[in-house]
Amino acid sequence: MSTSGAPAAALTSVAATDDGAGVTLTASALDATRLALLRDLKLAFRKRGQLVQPLAFFALVTMLFPLAVSPELSRLREMAPGVIWVAALLASLLALEFLFRDDAYDGTLEQYALSGQSLTSLMFAKTAAHWLLTGLPLALMAPLAALSLGAPSASLPGIVGSVAVGSVALSLIGSIGAALTLGMKRSGALLSLLTLPLSLPVLIFGARATQLAISGGPLLAPLELLGALAVLGVTLAPLAAAAAVRISLE
Amino acid sequence: MTWTWFHRLASPPYVYGLAARLTPWFAWPAALLIVAGLWGGLVLAPPDYQQGDGFRIIYVHAPSAWMSLMVYTTMAVAAAVGLIWRIKVAHAVAASCAPIGASFTFAALVTGALWGEPMWGTYWEWDPRLTSELVLLFLYLGYMGLRAGIDDTQRADRASALLAVVGVVNVPIIHYSVTWWNSLHQAPSVMRLGKPTISAAMLLPLLMMLLGFTLYFVAVLLVRLRSEVLARERTASWIREAVSA
Amino acid sequence: MKEFLDMGGYAAFVWPAYLVTLTVVVLNIVWARRALARSRAEARRRLDVRGERP
Repeated sequence: MSTSGAPAAALTSVAATDDGAGVTLTASALDATRLALLRDLKLAFRKRGQLVQPLAFFALVTMLFPLAVSPELSRLREMAPGVIWVAALLASLLALEFLFRDDAYDGTLEQYALSGQSLTSLMFAKTAAHWLLTGLPLALMAPLAALSLGAPSASLPGIVGSVAVGSVALSLIGSIGAALTLGMKRSGALLSLLTLPLSLPVLIFGARATQLAISGGPLLAPLELLGALAVLGVTLAPLAAAAAVRISLE
Repeated sequence: MTWTWFHRLASPPYVYGLAARLTPWFAWPAALLIVAGLWGGLVLAPPDYQQGDGFRIIYVHAPSAWMSLMVYTTMAVAAAVGLIWRIKVAHAVAASCAPIGASFTFAALVTGALWGEPMWGTYWEWDPRLTSELVLLFLYLGYMGLRAGIDDTQRADRASALLAVVGVVNVPIIHYSVTWWNSLHQAPSVMRLGKPTISAAMLLPLLMMLLGFTLYFVAVLLVRLRSEVLARERTASWIREAVSA
Repeated sequence: MKEFLDMGGYAAFVWPAYLVTLTVVVLNIVWARRALARSRAEARRRLDVRGERP
């Protein structure tokens, strides 16, 4: 906990150079973003056990369906897109609770808000870190889940692609809910209630893309729509999350 | 000069008094219109050639659906105003809207289901309209849940206002994606919850119900608004007179 | 009258629909009035505590 304060303070003086006249310069927005991102990644790797949890959850949920429905691969193949996406969505929700929790608890978030750096860029950095730690691994695990549900190996690249792009949008949308429920104890259910309705378009297009990947059809259209959602998210979500954080810290 | 009325609307004591005075002007016409609409719809209007007397559900279903959307829009606009200009009264309006909108969304879903079963053979259908309406219910519940989860009124106001605005941006996106998804899957029985081919005798009561419910909404909103305004004015001096009456 | 209540055979659907809607209409009125009464009582109590009630 105590070590996380130092990088935050560094945001305001990272490019501090003594140019001989004793002037210190403050960090540029890009540097600040990069620093915040690296910090989150470093801190997350110190608690490697926690990183694995959403992935384990994803695998478990995927496993529930063959047991609950039928072990027949032909039937599973039909369900596979839905199962993968629901499992990914739920796993992503689980990981969302940790997005701001530690930083809100130890005051780093306040430091960010007061640092004079663009809070929006810092929100983007945190969300990017969240995606790298959760969404991307999920995208890499999705083909394994798909294979276990009877998907043909030719479909795997399409599956990785659709889950990778979709999870970007999910992380971004989720950051807004996480920021709004900052500091609430046991906010899990409320966070889900806030995030899931907003995630429905991602679910729809993502599952469709995955379905087309498995059946061998043209998945460019839903993939492009997913990409559009991700781009929309990148432009708007960090802004909304920053506003939400400021409201929560008031 | 022209902005005075606007500034007065931001003043809690003015709004409190105005709401009290205006309520009967909305409540009574609303009651009249609804009663007249019910009479026209249940008794006077002839049975539909296709749906018989079953079509009369429209006189409660359409107003409920209309309410669910109109109230959410009002809530989002009030929330945005409160967020941008930091006007407490606007936040009070938004807070007042939520339970009204949520309950009528529920009514719209239930009456729609009761209409669907005899007409199209199923209580529920995952078509764009029903699915979007269900999502709207969750948006309301999320809004109310967020408010309930935050103790500080000011923070609750601003957080839920942000949520309402984000939600409103999403409603067209959600509606579009559900429509797109639906068009791919060609739902087996196409549920048309649009108005049936409608004669004047059928249409007039419907319009009366729609208008009546709108006025009713304003009346209920005004009553709730007063309680929300009071709750946000902890120690203001005007309260003394207002509540001792 | 019997015909009216029967709603051309659709009574089991039409009347519950009207009942649900009417319930929601009435409940909203009741809730709103109760909320106002509660707020007023709360405000009076706060003023009493501070000894400011005239």
